[in-house]
Amino acid sequence: MAHAASNSQDIPAQKSSFHKSLGEPRTLVNTGLTVLAVALSLVAMFPLFSVLYMLLVKGAALLSPSLFSELTPGAGMDGGGIGNAVVGTLVVVLIATAMALPLGFMGAVYLAEYGGETKLAVVVRFCGKVLTGLPSILAGVFAYAMVVVTTGSFSAFAGGAAMAILMVPTVMLTAESALKAVPSKMKMAAFGMGATRAQVVTQIVIPTAIPGILTGVMLALARAMGETAPLLFTALFSDYWFEGELLKPIASLSVLIYNFAGSPFEHQVALAWAASLVLVTIVLVLNIIAQVATRRPEEH
Amino acid sequence: MTTQQLSPTMTDSKLDSDRASASLPVGRAGADPGVVMDCRIKTLHYGNFLAVRDTDIPIVPNEITSFIGPSGCGKSTVLRSLNRMNDFVNGFRFTGSVHYRGQDIYAPNVDPVAVRRSIGMVFQQPNPFAMSIFKNVAFGLKLNNFKGDYAERVEKALRGAALWDEVKDKLNTSGLSLSGGQQQRLCIARAIAVEPELLLMDEPCSALDPIATRRVEDLMLELKEKYTIAIVTHNLQQAQRVADRTAFLFVDTSAGGRTGYLIEYRPSAELFSDPREERTKAYIRGEFS
Repeated sequence: MAHAASNSQDIPAQKSSFHKSLGEPRTLVNTGLTVLAVALSLVAMFPLFSVLYMLLVKGAALLSPSLFSELTPGAGMDGGGIGNAVVGTLVVVLIATAMALPLGFMGAVYLAEYGGETKLAVVVRFCGKVLTGLPSILAGVFAYAMVVVTTGSFSAFAGGAAMAILMVPTVMLTAESALKAVPSKMKMAAFGMGATRAQVVTQIVIPTAIPGILTGVMLALARAMGETAPLLFTALFSDYWFEGELLKPIASLSVLIYNFAGSPFEHQVALAWAASLVLVTIVLVLNIIAQVATRRPEEH
Repeated sequence: MTTQQLSPTMTDSKLDSDRASASLPVGRAGADPGVVMDCRIKTLHYGNFLAVRDTDIPIVPNEITSFIGPSGCGKSTVLRSLNRMNDFVNGFRFTGSVHYRGQDIYAPNVDPVAVRRSIGMVFQQPNPFAMSIFKNVAFGLKLNNFKGDYAERVEKALRGAALWDEVKDKLNTSGLSLSGGQQQRLCIARAIAVEPELLLMDEPCSALDPIATRRVEDLMLELKEKYTIAIVTHNLQQAQRVADRTAFLFVDTSAGGRTGYLIEYRPSAELFSDPREERTKAYIRGEFS
């Protein structure tokens, strides 16, 4: 502490006590910025919490088992539920995943393990990034032209196709990240043992990257589930249960909300609120699972 | 694989000069049956960087050969050239030849995967796979279509790597849950499970405590009866304890870069007690890092 006098001209004298002094400008600025950061974070979270609160208040009114077991009621009718819409959303999402997962996953394997920085890989990656921002209605328009017009009818399959277009870029890019995150030294260990590239990819890289890949799939799912525009003119809507016919129109939560929200019938509006609550719950749960359950607990 | 040993007198006279290869009776390159891995590097580049030059190290079967030298002298680079692991480094190219069992492993029609199958490698940093301990050790066996008793081979390998007692009750837990030293022993077990005829080890004990180090060294001494080992080490006592032959590499900074090259390659006992070259003397005495 007792520095030689020669130091005193370049560094101000050190305090002899280490106690925190709230009055000091350095401490004030530190505290001020901390408070500001916390406050702004809370402000940023506010929209999410206020939406959830609003949906809970408005949607809980109609929550009951019959909500899920009844069909959507016609105009002016009472009772009924949103059962067909819940099932419909699940069916469309399943179709979309069945198409998007293989495509996105294989694309990611190519980008991460084989393509590297070749021209083709660069182009594919670029297209993927651009398509993550594709307006969802354009996916719907595309699916309309490719599926609805060619098959001659609105269908669950067309809806699934539109969803898949929205899912593929996200699945591909997050899976690529997950595959690239596999430590290079693990791959070298496998190569050192005389594994071919295909063996390294299938036996080491992919299994190690599964948690990250699943996260990507769930996030893509969560987004796709909530999209309305692509389903408006592909899957349309249906007031009946799904009966295994993929080439017929099908109900979905997002289209139900769209249809009923502006309805003059109060009961239908109430159902739209309930459907919104159900939808946001599913999306939330998917996001939470994606973040929590797919973490590898044992890694340091 | 032939296991004939060079006779003592032949060994001494053959390795009398500093550059061992100049006098070894190799005749046609790589045709010498007494040498399992005939490594002759004239120049080795990574892109424009000359990493190693003029390093000829014939590795004799059923012996432990150690590579010692200061940091950056190319020991690991030379080691990696022996099983074509340098292929993965961008811009790698070299002049010279590497003959394994008499075959040029860099010939155009050679499948590097086949070369690596019969050579085991333990890396400096532990790199277990993200799977159970059992599956880690069994990986090589599966790769080679082993048809025998997996559990028995896994146990044998884990015992050899001095890890069995610590993991025998948790063979199904992830290899990544082990401590660093345990992970390295797991990697050693993984490499020896397939009983490779040549085992390359790059500072395998640097993360291990003295007891585990000793057990691994005992393992090496056991293994050399049937197999051959090449080890890079910074630990001169270790080289003296286990290595039959030692190659000392040094760094040439005369051209502005850092290029590794071989100074001496002789039986360890001779190299440590009576080094020929000044640089070897200085290194052994601790004057270089």
